[in-house]
Amino acid sequence: MAVVDIRRRTGYLFLAVIVGHVILISTQVTTKRGVPMLEAAVFGIFSEVQRGANTVTGGVRTWWQDYFALQQVRSENDQLKQQIGELRVRLQEERGLAQQSQSLQKLLDLKTSTALSTTAASVIAGGASPEFRTITIDKGTGEGLHADMAVIAPAGVVGRVIQPSSRASKVQLLIDRNAAAGAIIERTRAQGVVIGTGADQLRMDYVPGSADVKAGDTVVTSGIDGIYPKGFVIGQIQSVRRGAGEYSSIVIRPAVDFTSLEAVLIVLTPSPATTDAGGGTGANQDRE
Amino acid sequence: MKTAGVLVAIALALALQTSLARFVVGGTAALDLVLVVVVYVALTSGPVTGMLAGSVAGIVQDALSSGTVGIGGLAKAIVGFAAGVVGQQFIVTAAFPRFIMFVAATIVHAGLFMGMYVLLGLKAFPSPWAAVLGQAIVNAGVGTSAFAMIESLPGAMEQRKFKRSKR
Repeated sequence: MAVVDIRRRTGYLFLAVIVGHVILISTQVTTKRGVPMLEAAVFGIFSEVQRGANTVTGGVRTWWQDYFALQQVRSENDQLKQQIGELRVRLQEERGLAQQSQSLQKLLDLKTSTALSTTAASVIAGGASPEFRTITIDKGTGEGLHADMAVIAPAGVVGRVIQPSSRASKVQLLIDRNAAAGAIIERTRAQGVVIGTGADQLRMDYVPGSADVKAGDTVVTSGIDGIYPKGFVIGQIQSVRRGAGEYSSIVIRPAVDFTSLEAVLIVLTPSPATTDAGGGTGANQDRE
Repeated sequence: MKTAGVLVAIALALALQTSLARFVVGGTAALDLVLVVVVYVALTSGPVTGMLAGSVAGIVQDALSSGTVGIGGLAKAIVGFAAGVVGQQFIVTAAFPRFIMFVAATIVHAGLFMGMYVLLGLKAFPSPWAAVLGQAIVNAGVGTSAFAMIESLPGAMEQRKFKRSKR
């Protein structure tokens, strides 16, 4: 038994001496890449250890992040959702401001392009009753406004001032059933009177049945009513129906979108027809 | 005491080896006195002592030469261990078996030494067999003579018999 023990010890000692020499040699001999063999071997072994450790720690980290750290993510998520909500509101505000700015820019372009003396006003309210298609603007007699002044927008004719106060005015829209304007068909110069229907369409009356009129023709103001300056767009003919009578029945789609009016121009200069007539009388007033 | 004796023997062998190498034609060492000492120690003191003696002697020899430190040490440690094991297992007291032991030890040492150098790509040994055989015969002659000389000293045989009986 003792002999076996000694032989075992001798074997271990022999192994230790051999390993010691191998290590000693490895410190001096370099690999083909110029790295000492010992360093390469140690690095190779430890890199595997590091890889294993990294796998373990990475797994633990992932496990932690995916399950236990979610509480923080949840609060962060709530916070981000709140921020997104705030930003959406702000975006809406900015978009509204941009649209308003664009609308005002168009109005400014119209103001500079026309020779008429105008003043800009903002729409501050809609009509109080659905039976009457009116709006309220933020300019009144204090700014030189008075009744029967034409109100226009970049797209076309809006209506006329019917009730000015010191700081605001009520404007009758052209689509109101009591509104009317002298008009001509731009292409053929056929004249008539555009009348509001109370709905989103206009009607053109007193156009002779023999006149050359067709759908798509543009209708503009004729200026003979003494309110609206000549040449402003009213709308386009949507349909023409020639009846048995003397006049055609013409339906017009307004150029102005009355549902999205934000800013308008009020024409301060009296129209030539008004000047010639020496007063503010016209088709609208007649109808009222 | 035994350790000191082994160390002194190694030191003397190294000193003689380095002194003799200058006189050998072409600088070729036809005699490896250090290996002779290691085999002698292994045969007289056993595998562990032979291995440790070979390890120390080889490392010192490597350090004194321009080779890689450890290769000679490893070769001599293995040879010392193997010679010690053979000395324990077989009766190697006559001159001829000792001669064969020295020849075999030299060849094994040369194989290990050159083999490791070649394996590690550090050195090439083209046609080494003649030199190795020459060295083996010279080493064997010197080693066998050394055994005879030491054993002829007064009291050497008694001491050896005492050692064997202790083992």
